[in-house]
Amino acid sequence: MAEIAAANAASPARPPPGRWWRIADSDLWWSFTHSPVTVAAAAIAAAIIGAALLASFIAPHDPYDLASVSLLDATDPPAWLDGGNWTYPLGTDNQGRDMLSAILYGTRLSLVVGCAAVTLALLLGVGLGLLAGWRGGFVDALIMRVADVQLSFPAILVALLIDGIARSVLPRQVQTQITLYVLIAAIALSYWVHFARTVRGSTMVERDKEYIQAARVIGVHPVRMVIGHLLPNVIGPVLVIATINLATAILTEATLSFLGVGLPPTEPSLGTLIRVGNDFLLSGDWWISIFPGIVLALLILSINLVGDWLRDAFNPKLR
Amino acid sequence: MLAFVIQRLVQSVLVMLAVGFIAFALFNFVGDPISNMVGQDTTMADRAALREELGLNDNFVVQFARFVGRAVRGDFGLSYQQARPVGTIILEKMPATLELSFLAALLALVVGVPMGIYTGLHRHSWVSQAMLAVSLVGVSLPTFLIGIFLILFFAVILHWLPSFGRGTVVHIGWWTTGLLTVEGWRAIILPAITLSLFQLTLIMRLVRAEMIEVLRTDYIKFARARGLTNRAINFGHALKNTLVPVITITGLQLGSIIAFAVITETVFQWPGMGLMFIQAVGFADIPVMAAYLVMVGFLFVVINLSVDLLYYVVDPRLRVDREAVAGG
Amino acid sequence: MRNSEPLLKVENLRVEVPTKRGTLVAVDDVSFSIAPGEVLGVVGESGAGKSLTGAAIIGLLEPPLRIAGGRIALAGRRIDTLPYEAMRRIRGKEIGAIFQDPLTSLNPLFTIGHQLVETVRTHLDLGPSEARARALSLLKEVGIAGADDRIAHYPHQFSGGMRQRVIIALALAANPRLIIADEPTTAPDVSIQAQIIALLKRLGRDHGTAIMLVTHDMRVIAETAHRVAVMYAGRIVEIGPVRTIVEQPSHPYTIGLMASIPRTAGRRDRLQQIDGTMPRLNAIPQGCPFNPRCIEAFDRCRRERPDLMAAKATEAACWLYADAKQPAHA
Repeated sequence: MAEIAAANAASPARPPPGRWWRIADSDLWWSFTHSPVTVAAAAIAAAIIGAALLASFIAPHDPYDLASVSLLDATDPPAWLDGGNWTYPLGTDNQGRDMLSAILYGTRLSLVVGCAAVTLALLLGVGLGLLAGWRGGFVDALIMRVADVQLSFPAILVALLIDGIARSVLPRQVQTQITLYVLIAAIALSYWVHFARTVRGSTMVERDKEYIQAARVIGVHPVRMVIGHLLPNVIGPVLVIATINLATAILTEATLSFLGVGLPPTEPSLGTLIRVGNDFLLSGDWWISIFPGIVLALLILSINLVGDWLRDAFNPKLR
Repeated sequence: MLAFVIQRLVQSVLVMLAVGFIAFALFNFVGDPISNMVGQDTTMADRAALREELGLNDNFVVQFARFVGRAVRGDFGLSYQQARPVGTIILEKMPATLELSFLAALLALVVGVPMGIYTGLHRHSWVSQAMLAVSLVGVSLPTFLIGIFLILFFAVILHWLPSFGRGTVVHIGWWTTGLLTVEGWRAIILPAITLSLFQLTLIMRLVRAEMIEVLRTDYIKFARARGLTNRAINFGHALKNTLVPVITITGLQLGSIIAFAVITETVFQWPGMGLMFIQAVGFADIPVMAAYLVMVGFLFVVINLSVDLLYYVVDPRLRVDREAVAGG
Repeated sequence: MRNSEPLLKVENLRVEVPTKRGTLVAVDDVSFSIAPGEVLGVVGESGAGKSLTGAAIIGLLEPPLRIAGGRIALAGRRIDTLPYEAMRRIRGKEIGAIFQDPLTSLNPLFTIGHQLVETVRTHLDLGPSEARARALSLLKEVGIAGADDRIAHYPHQFSGGMRQRVIIALALAANPRLIIADEPTTAPDVSIQAQIIALLKRLGRDHGTAIMLVTHDMRVIAETAHRVAVMYAGRIVEIGPVRTIVEQPSHPYTIGLMASIPRTAGRRDRLQQIDGTMPRLNAIPQGCPFNPRCIEAFDRCRRERPDLMAAKATEAACWLYADAKQPAHA
């Protein structure tokens, strides 16, 4: 089947094309546009993310402005039901905050936490992975042992533990202020392992290749070698992991907030909103948790779909 | 074989010690145990006396050894929040979690494996595509959301099933079981489904991926070239080769069900170890947190060990026979 | 030339694969036949279409590859249009196949005894103990010492050469009339190669099994085959008796191929090499596919594609021999 693959990869003779044309003609773009599910998912994700990023501009109310929130409006149903009105299109929560605005800002928070956590995990994981793969020996064994032990515990537990420790170590006043950072750190520390393992594996493979040996012989400084030469070659799978982990990080943050150890109700993320709404589910005020729930589900699902496509597109075995 | 078992046992003990160490560090260095135990009026002198009495001024190693000794006997001190022995609290909550986890694991396996096999064999049928779509949702939706949606649908709208609690339980010795009563069963269904869903989709995708991979191998190709029936190929060869690596991963996954119970128990107010842990985290109840850590670590280690031994039994390549790699 | 009915008759076989950029032809209008007990070598570079031809014959083309034309007949009976179950019964019983890599062709989780007995009982109506006895005799026949013990061993307990013998035993289990051997000697080392070749030859003779020996290694063919088909870019460019092909090749490609084989006996000239490479499937030249690399190419070669025609002592698809008498197709 080698000849078939080779034939597919070859393009007919033409003058060297410009960058955009190359992207448009590439296999990646072809597989993207020919997968309607992925296109739809990407569109949904883009829409949600876009709306969230523009929250300050497009939200009808500011849910953090305590002055504008009135308890009289508490638990109003969505506009199309009895007792609702269009000032609060999706209803209000138990404190009178507009659900639509709360959802927009909440999504933004969830995204911020998710992206920050993944970025941190990526930096930490890639750094440690490069170190372990490059040095080998004791350093490698140590890092991998720690990784193994941590991997046998679910990330949620690790995040919970770190959060709990931070809670008891830090004085109460500081706690609420830095909840955000503790949360990001907790999630990042639970997910660095995937990055580290993959990068370590790739590093070990690349380390023995000739271009690295050549650079060594020339006398290139190790750090420069690792970052300049090795890193670009191991970064591919990292991007796939990062995308999929973004969805997981958002999910973890939502879960932690739901459990009460994440973002507080004063600055709620989607998970917090759902938690707040959970208490009202049984009494019939379903919109407080269901709408944020739907947005959360759509966001994670669409990111997952795009991540899935990305993984298949980069997988040489499925070409 | 014996060497293998001993090696794994030693590893397990080491991991347990590591976990114990973390728990111990939690116990003694996070926050001040004394301040957490006494009221604000207690004098400094009394605190110092208490510290001495509890042996908190002793050598680090001595304290750790004492901790391990107590832990092995199930003594984790008193809960800050409830002022009761942590060991007792755990014993109370454990049956609830174990029953739930066991049922969820069973569900995940019984539904996930056949679904995985089906979607692996019939890759392009619309039934498979539908199952895969559902599985993607299962992986993407946070567990708590699934729980909430289920509660909304079955409890609030349909009023078929209860939305929280264990229902009526029966006491057998120190164990409490909800499986002997109708209400108990009605109460455990939704939480079990919620807890199992994530694992179920993981198992299904894993079995499917493994099955597809196996069906592409040379030995399957050769089996086809020998004219073996589809039945023999799919359920004789492919299935066995698929399940062997799946066993390990699945076993480890099932261990994590116990930890994921934390979320499900919170959603359904299920009175198990998970809910206990969450409440402890919120309250910074260190002894309970530490004890939970050790318990979960112990369960994980036991499961990992069992899975390793199982793998050894199932895969002949691990049972090396030196005699036979001879001849040309 | 033949007075007996050929065992396998392939006529105008065409194998295509639809791709994003159009349909590619991997095997183009290939015709040949194999007599009972004959060893036909099929030689060519990687990607020439030899393995796909074998896969098409035994009905194991993997989608999206498919047979797009032509006819395959086994002992006069057409097999390329058979439904799956009917073809399955033929596989193993009438036509067997062995593949290149002995390491991965055996299921590591089952003993070889199990795999042998399973194959035997699928095609022959034998009870468990009879099947086992047959398995034992098969193992002995392919030269596995201590078969009574080895039958309960797992594949990883055998060395590479032994595994290859087990694979041959498996292929012969139901006594097929034709075996398609796809690169059976590439993986093991040279001394084992010799043993495997000898084994194949002996078994062929003893059981009257015909063999379609697909390989890129001409020396193996020279030792084992009766006739040779040379494939290039999905077509047969020359076909004839093995000695003639080796000593008096007609097609320029075959000439180049023979000249590039290192020989220890006779004149030791510099190794020849054919300039250029075989074209990719989506870039097959018009006319004769070999024309860009052919030193004898002339105008007609670039315009018209030649079919097999009589050329010296063989048949070759080359316009150089356009005036020679056409043979009766055998």
